[in-house]
Amino acid sequence: MNLRIISTATAAENAQETHPSVGAEGQAHHEGGFPPFQTENFAPQIVWLVVIFGVLYILMSRLALPRVGGILERRSEKIASDLEASRDMQAKAQAAAVANNETIRLRREEALAIGREAQQNTAAETLSRRSRAESEASEKIRAAEGRIADAKTRALANVEQIAIEAAGSIVEKLTGSKVDKDRLSAEFRNVKSS
Amino acid sequence: MTPEETVSAPNPIEQFELHRIFPLEISGIETSFTNASLYMLLAALGVVGLMVAATSRKSIVPGRMQALAEMLYEFVANMVRQTAGKEGMKFFPFVFSLFSFILIANLIGLVPYSYSVTSQIIVTFAFAALVITLVVAYGVYRNGFGFLRLFVPHGVPLPVLVVLVPIEIISFLSRPVSLSVRLFANILAGHITLAVFGGFVMMLLASGGWSLLAPVPLLAIVALYALELLVACLQAFVFSVLTCVYLNDAIHPGH
Repeated sequence: MNLRIISTATAAENAQETHPSVGAEGQAHHEGGFPPFQTENFAPQIVWLVVIFGVLYILMSRLALPRVGGILERRSEKIASDLEASRDMQAKAQAAAVANNETIRLRREEALAIGREAQQNTAAETLSRRSRAESEASEKIRAAEGRIADAKTRALANVEQIAIEAAGSIVEKLTGSKVDKDRLSAEFRNVKSS
Repeated sequence: MTPEETVSAPNPIEQFELHRIFPLEISGIETSFTNASLYMLLAALGVVGLMVAATSRKSIVPGRMQALAEMLYEFVANMVRQTAGKEGMKFFPFVFSLFSFILIANLIGLVPYSYSVTSQIIVTFAFAALVITLVVAYGVYRNGFGFLRLFVPHGVPLPVLVVLVPIEIISFLSRPVSLSVRLFANILAGHITLAVFGGFVMMLLASGGWSLLAPVPLLAIVALYALELLVACLQAFVFSVLTCVYLNDAIHPGH
């Protein structure tokens, strides 16, 4: 690419041969000397340098640098605000943790109290139930004893009857005569009471 | 540039020649578009491509080229802030344009067959003159006659001042020369060395039996090229750091 530029440049110089000043410069340029010190090369370089560097400076100072500076500022602001937010969040989380621990402690105490109360209630109920059950049981025992005594007297009365009848039938068998029932029971009572 | 030509006449100076692509003259001043203008334009387009095109999305999370643009921005911004102080930041766009233009021009100049804009004394001198003019103009605008304190170091006894002030004045006057020659000479010498070693390779290759030695200067070119990459970046950096130092003098003369 460079070669092409050189050849076009040379061609251009040749074409400008008719123009006296440029032609002379082209000649001087080809005559040699150390290129950086050839004074006829100074003007075009300075002119283009001023134009190009001037435009570059304007582009940098008006457009590029404020933009990059803005990007950097925006980023540092974002990082700062994010850090701030995370610090807030952390503080909130810590406060929540403290509140949570407090709640847990209160609930545990409540639970213990409820447990104790339940235990006491249960104990009291058990006691009352037991005493009720005991009293019921003793009542039943008493009733049952009464019934037993009743049954006993009734049974004894029956035994008396049976004994009287047995005695009557024994006497009848032995003597062959009927004995008066009333007399037998009177006799029986005498025997029993004696 | 056929190989025979190069072998017969390896001319390391040829690369610095100016070729007029579009001869032009405006009111007596030659304004031809030359290969130098072309490469100035390429360097400027490179900077604009990096700083404007690559940052057009303005993304919070940068892409590769935007990250490069941001790195360059922060690098130059830190340089200006550290050497010229907070007040020097008003010259940040100027120093940035200077640094990025010289850097990209130097790097483009290292591409084989390309042209090095900064290998021309007139270009580097124009930059140096611009810097010194800016320093003097801002120094006088900001400090008035106080700018002359620049030549009178603070806290130095009078007899010493008699000697010191002329030295300070000479050193100030030599600044544009040293600033321009440093960049120009570094780039020029590097390119000449590369071309000379390239000539060695061609001559050895053409010399029959000695051609076995041709890889030696070729390897030297590789090493020199790495060095020249370093020089290209370093000289752009040195030029802009010195610009910042001089601007700092304009902002705070007399210390």
